[in-house]
Amino acid sequence: MTAAVLALTASGLSLVFGIMRVVNVAHGAFFMLGAVLAWFVSEWVPGPAGLSFAVALVVCPLIVGAIAAAADMAVLKRLNYEPEATIVATIGLLYILEQAALSFFGPDARPVPAPLDFRIQLPWFGYSGYKLAVIVGAALVLLMVWLILKHTKAGLIMRATQIDRDTARAFGINVDRVYAGVFAMGAGLAAIAAVLIVPIQQAHYLMGGDPLLLSFIVVIIGGLGSLRGTLVAALIIGLGDGVISTFFAPTLAKILATLAVGLILVLRPQGLFGKRAA
Amino acid sequence: MTVDRALFLHLGLIAALLAFHFVAPAYHHTNIARIMVLAIYAMGYNIAFGYTGLLSLGHALFFGSGLYAAGLLAYHADGTAGIGLIAGLLAGGAVAFALGLFALRTAGVAFMIVTLMFAQAGYLTVLYFGSYTRGDEGIVIPKAGRMLASLDLSDDNTRYLVALALFAVALLVNLWLARSPRGRIMVAMRENEERSRMLGYNPYTVKLTALTISGLYAGLSGAAYALMFGYAGASLASVQYSILPLLYVLLGGAGTVIGPFLGALLMFYLIDYASSITDAHQFVTGVALVLLILFAPKGILGTIRERGLKWLP
Repeated sequence: MTAAVLALTASGLSLVFGIMRVVNVAHGAFFMLGAVLAWFVSEWVPGPAGLSFAVALVVCPLIVGAIAAAADMAVLKRLNYEPEATIVATIGLLYILEQAALSFFGPDARPVPAPLDFRIQLPWFGYSGYKLAVIVGAALVLLMVWLILKHTKAGLIMRATQIDRDTARAFGINVDRVYAGVFAMGAGLAAIAAVLIVPIQQAHYLMGGDPLLLSFIVVIIGGLGSLRGTLVAALIIGLGDGVISTFFAPTLAKILATLAVGLILVLRPQGLFGKRAA
Repeated sequence: MTVDRALFLHLGLIAALLAFHFVAPAYHHTNIARIMVLAIYAMGYNIAFGYTGLLSLGHALFFGSGLYAAGLLAYHADGTAGIGLIAGLLAGGAVAFALGLFALRTAGVAFMIVTLMFAQAGYLTVLYFGSYTRGDEGIVIPKAGRMLASLDLSDDNTRYLVALALFAVALLVNLWLARSPRGRIMVAMRENEERSRMLGYNPYTVKLTALTISGLYAGLSGAAYALMFGYAGASLASVQYSILPLLYVLLGGAGTVIGPFLGALLMFYLIDYASSITDAHQFVTGVALVLLILFAPKGILGTIRERGLKWLP
């Protein structure tokens, strides 16, 4: 469950880093924005929880993606995707988004009703049907991302841009549009993950911090920019997270995790499973 | 000739701040004292970022080290302000040196993330040892711990003058450093690391020295902040406090001696003014960051220097 949502969030971060070489510090804020928007949708769309959830699942990633694309074109493009400047800019973006959520959504955590309410009762334990649906849904989205990247023209263009921006431009690829699209897609993936998780975890304006940290860990362990590595790492971390937090206090677990990320970056900058230099 | 002009300007700033002490309304008097302490922090940040080109996102770790070195000593061990300031200075420098040993093996984006991660680990450590640090709530430093010999740092006038003294020393040391051969080598590292290496300078030791000096500044500032305002809380060691000096330096002008002070001054009053009309002051920070990096990456003094005042150190 955690692993599935984590994989979605992290794949967004990985996609953006892999293709654009941009470390998006605002990724957690996009995640938060998805969750907050899901709450608004569930308030405004009448009818059963299932309907509003379906609407949220479509609308939220689109809105978040549009905001991300706008941010990319208005800010990141002008910085020429210079790595250090973009980090500063995305920090600014993070502040703006968090403040916007605080101003319009308020400081309280708010629940969103789950669209499915049944439990699968196995002889030895019960399992929430919704959680199962989330896993399936997340797997489907990831599969789709994978297929788009590997087997469509859009994916081919993205990969071409990743390998050599200038040559891609010389071949008539509109690199600016590809970048805006990739940035939007990365943010959209975070938003989908957030919509999926919000019936379980409430929406809150500061909820982006933990997913951001975890995504960083996943992306770094999986090898920067490698989508396959990211998926594997997400599974390991997602399953491992539960194990770790049963042994350690949550704060101590976070301390160890952050230190681990720092040390891994120092000792193996290409990631634990990455082969190419980052 | 140039030497005198630059020195004159900096001594002039110190004199102006001293004059301000006698005419300032109480509200601004306290603000400027706070700004001077934060400016020391920003100057330290500038030594790493502005001069040496080390963009760190983890300076709150050094600031927090100084803050808690002084705070915990005063709170748990009945330390006095003199010991606190020295402890803070050394703690900031030592932590920066230790972090530098690891983090300086990386550069650019990786360096930013590594420093960010270590600073976050430091912040979480403060929360984890909540029984000593009282976490977010923070510790209030007893009056006895805020005595610098016979000077009472909780008194407004004393506080301003001590802040000014520390600020003046920090400013002049910074000026001296910026014009010394060592400072020039730091700038050389920023501009072209490979060429500097070819000329026989070891990038690793130069950067490590710069980061350590930067840590000394941050630690001193943290200790002064704790002792002068009588409070040490976890929020002062959070990511926010890593971003603040970056913001100050970007605004005032990276790689200028007065830039950090100017940036701190303007940003402080900008946020202060914004808070009076809206409670969305984080928004101001965010917009300022984005606009600065977009339109004025050199900051105010950096732009002025480019436009003519080339002697500005």
